[in-house]
Formats: sequence, structure tokens, C-alpha cells
Amino acid sequence: MHELSIAQSLLDIVLEESERHGLKKIIAIRLQVGEMAAVVPDALNFCFESLSERTVAAGATLQIETLPVVARCSQCRISFEVENQNFVCPQCGYPALELVSGRELSVVGIEGETGDRHEPSQCSCSAQHSSGQ
Amino acid sequence: MSQVNVPVVRNILQANERIAAANRKRFEDAGIYALNLMSSPGAGKTSLLERTIEKLAGHVRMAVIEGDLQTSQDAERIQRKGVQAVQINTDGGCHLDGNMVQIAMDALDLGNLDLLIIENVGNLVCPAEFNLGEHDKIVILSVTEGDDKPSKYPAMFQQSSVLLINKIDLLPYIECDVEKIRRDARRLNAHQEVFEVSCRTGEGLDAWYAWLEEHVRDHRKR
Repeated sequence: MHELSIAQSLLDIVLEESERHGLKKIIAIRLQVGEMAAVVPDALNFCFESLSERTVAAGATLQIETLPVVARCSQCRISFEVENQNFVCPQCGYPALELVSGRELSVVGIEGETGDRHEPSQCSCSAQHSSGQ
Repeated sequence: MSQVNVPVVRNILQANERIAAANRKRFEDAGIYALNLMSSPGAGKTSLLERTIEKLAGHVRMAVIEGDLQTSQDAERIQRKGVQAVQINTDGGCHLDGNMVQIAMDALDLGNLDLLIIENVGNLVCPAEFNLGEHDKIVILSVTEGDDKPSKYPAMFQQSSVLLINKIDLLPYIECDVEKIRRDARRLNAHQEVFEVSCRTGEGLDAWYAWLEEHVRDHRKR
């Protein structure tokens, strides 16, 4: 159940980026998760939903793209997709140690709405909310 | 209101990675070899530590950081052997992270250490995701857990530099194909060192001690 700590880190990043880009509501968050990252999407969704309540990210959907496990052979330098957990190079038979992809856990995009442009720029509502008042 | 797409490329675990890198630098600066010891509950992490301390205590300056859900029993077991041990209680948390280790390190006399072993929370899944700053990950698999574990928990076995197959004294009484464990682990990580041991009888442990001492020597400040 490390999805809870992952969801918290994800929310921290999303809120930071939203503030930087002036997003008032987050609609979707695009993620890349490697096949070997040991993350259960349902658990991540559940944790994120609970943690993001009463933030600009409340109700946002997580769009998770799964990336295959790809290794690179240190002998003949080819990259190959790892099937059946077999990290042995299909070309030369040497065991690969270098992982090209498969352990990702990244935010790659945030889709959201910016505030009304006519809104007074000095409005302090959001600052008050975020400080817990 | 206008809808926008913000491209961001950020590793979700970047905060942990940053702290882990800082921990690693502290280990390097002090010439300490640091290990992250992982396994499922009851595979023999603390027993391995007790044996290892008994063997190396005379010539290697060791400390242990103990991760545990609730109790300090393991840290007490280690302290009875006469080495520094710091307890981290995760209060139900399923893994240690870089920050917990950073805090625990402050309680240790790093200038007087050659080897730090961090005993993670018993779990074959979550600890594999969080770097602590260690030089190597060590996984213990006890034969009573079954020979299917490397293929069921590939991330853990793929990342570990050493696999200790423990409780081999029980092999006559159970069905466990050690060759299958070796075969599956080799497919995931052929560079992994594999030791078959029994922490109860001491069988096979000499090869582990030798591996460990060699790595401690390599990292010691020259």
C-alpha cells in the first residue's frame, strides 16, 4: 500500500504545477507508469481521490499510460522489450543490467482550467483556503 | 475560464530520490558501505543481522537502522549484540523512505562506522520502490515461502545485488525447488550473487561474510 505515499507526492507536484500555471481546476492528470513500478492503478486512484478532496485537483481523473519493460544489452548495445521477465539479450545471450524503461512513475501532463480573466488579481480566497482557514 | 494542457515531466518520487542522493553522499563522505536489507516478514532479516554482527563485530564497525511497523523488539535484539541500533517505527507504513533514514542517521556516530545495514519493513513489494541512498539492496527469500517468489515480485529481485536463500536446513521437510528460485532470479538479474544459507545452523554463511567484508573494504575511506 505504498500507493498512499505515491499519491501524496503526486498531489504535491500537481498542486505546485497548478499554482505555477494558474490553474483553478484540474480535469485530468497524465501519468506514465512502468510495468515494473509495482503500482496498482485502482489503489492509486482511490488514494488520490481521498487526498485531493477540497483541493483544485478534486475530481480529476488519472490517465495512466503503462510503459513496457525495456532493457539494453551492454555487449551488443541493442534495446529490447523484456518478456516473461527475461532480461537476457535475445541477440547475443548476455544478461542485461541496464533498464531503459519499465520503472517510470512520472507526471507527464496536467489538463485544467485557468481562472476567469476578469477576476481581480488580488483576490486572496485561494490563499486563505490553502492555508486552512 | 479557458482550458489548458500543461506539459510537465516530473518523477513522482523525486522528493525521495533527492533525499536518497543526500544520504548516499553522507555515506560516501564517511566511507560507510550502506545496505538496504529486504524480505517478506519472517524470512530471517534480524537473524541474519545477529549472525553477521557476531562474525564481523571484531573488525568491522557496524550500525543498524531497524524499520518496523510497531515494536522495537528487533532493535533490542540488535543492541544486545553490542552494536548501535536506531529504531524507526513506521506506524503501519509498509516501507522505509529516504527521509526516515535521514532522520535516523542523525542518531548515529557516522564518523565511527564502516558498515550500515538498514533493515526494511517486511514486505516484498513496496520497499523496492523507495531508494534510501544505499549502495546495494539485499533480498532474503526463505525456502518456506515457496519457489515462485522471484517471478511474483520481479522488481524486488531484479534490483537486488544479493539474494540470500535462507532456511535451507528445512529443505528436507518442504517442497521447494531451489534451482527454480535460482533460474527465475537469474533471468531477472544474472549479475546477482546468490547464497544458500541457514541462519539457524550457520551453513553457507561464510560466503556471505566474505562478500560483505570485501565490499566494506572497497568503500572504506582510503
